[in-house]
Amino acid sequence: MTALPPFQTVLDDHAGAVMAILHGAVGRDGAEDCFQETFLAALRAYPRLEDDSNLRGWLLTIAHRKAIDHHRARGRNPVPVAEVAEVATQDDIPERDEQLWAAVGTLPPKQRAAVALRYGSDLPHNEIAAALGCSPEAARRSLHEGLKRLRKELA
Amino acid sequence: MSTKTDTAIDKFRARAAEEGLLDVAYTTTDSPFGPLLLAQTPRGLVRVGLPNQDADELLTDLATRVSTRVLEAPGELDEVRRELDLYFEGKLESFGLPLDWQLSGGFRQRVLRAIDRILYVETRSSTEMARKAGNERAVRAAGTACGSNPIPLVVPCHRVLRTGGALGGYGGGLPMKEALLQLEGVLDESPAV
Repeated sequence: MTALPPFQTVLDDHAGAVMAILHGAVGRDGAEDCFQETFLAALRAYPRLEDDSNLRGWLLTIAHRKAIDHHRARGRNPVPVAEVAEVATQDDIPERDEQLWAAVGTLPPKQRAAVALRYGSDLPHNEIAAALGCSPEAARRSLHEGLKRLRKELA
Repeated sequence: MSTKTDTAIDKFRARAAEEGLLDVAYTTTDSPFGPLLLAQTPRGLVRVGLPNQDADELLTDLATRVSTRVLEAPGELDEVRRELDLYFEGKLESFGLPLDWQLSGGFRQRVLRAIDRILYVETRSSTEMARKAGNERAVRAAGTACGSNPIPLVVPCHRVLRTGGALGGYGGGLPMKEALLQLEGVLDESPAV
């Protein structure tokens, strides 16, 4: 492996993606807290990290765990639809997609994260799997289920 | 990057500082010579990068030799910036900053600690520095130590001249060395060539 880069580089390269999937996974209000928890956990563990080949997948895995913690703590409250849409627009997701992202916000956590990672962060299936801590097949299934539900919802 | 992400990064940085996770905090600051990179550990100032040095390389070096927990945290270096600003205005002759010497070992560190005691308005030769570090014959090694100074400006290696009185070299370039010695009143404004 190569030497780990300064942590600031990791933050610069991936802060946007982490924030984007956290928006998708926990909504606007939770995203900022989860973001801090994610990067604090990452910073604590960073010097002991042995494999730097997939820093993004590693970060997204941590982000996913923090999102799950968040949902557990809040008893899986649904995310207010209007807020998700507003945040999505702020992060340069075109306005015409508002309704779509609002619908994404109502999906169950795993499907929601899979859809956000695939279409919000443009990750391939294997990276989604790494981020969700599941097999690529399971990731594909979550994505498929999520999309099916969205189609029904938006039809 | 969105404002919201910037805010979240600021809060993360503040909490990292609170939890003592900033092994290396750094910032860049303007100087009359161009941007300086300033890096410190909990022990003190560990690295000053001069304008002609590549900041990314310096940060990678810090990640390798000190800790990978390297984070930009301007607020942590307010006091360093304040003293440097005063120095460049000619209003500060002696820095009161804690220093972290870990990037220099053995003889080099002894030379640099001796350099740290050279007063404003004074200059010393490499030979004198070698003697103060305990080995008068190691003049060349003393010169190398001076050239490898990780904390230039604050540890005033620009006050070390070549034995015999010539200006000698400087990591930040000879014009910068001349300008620093002019600032400190050692050289006239228009130095003899």
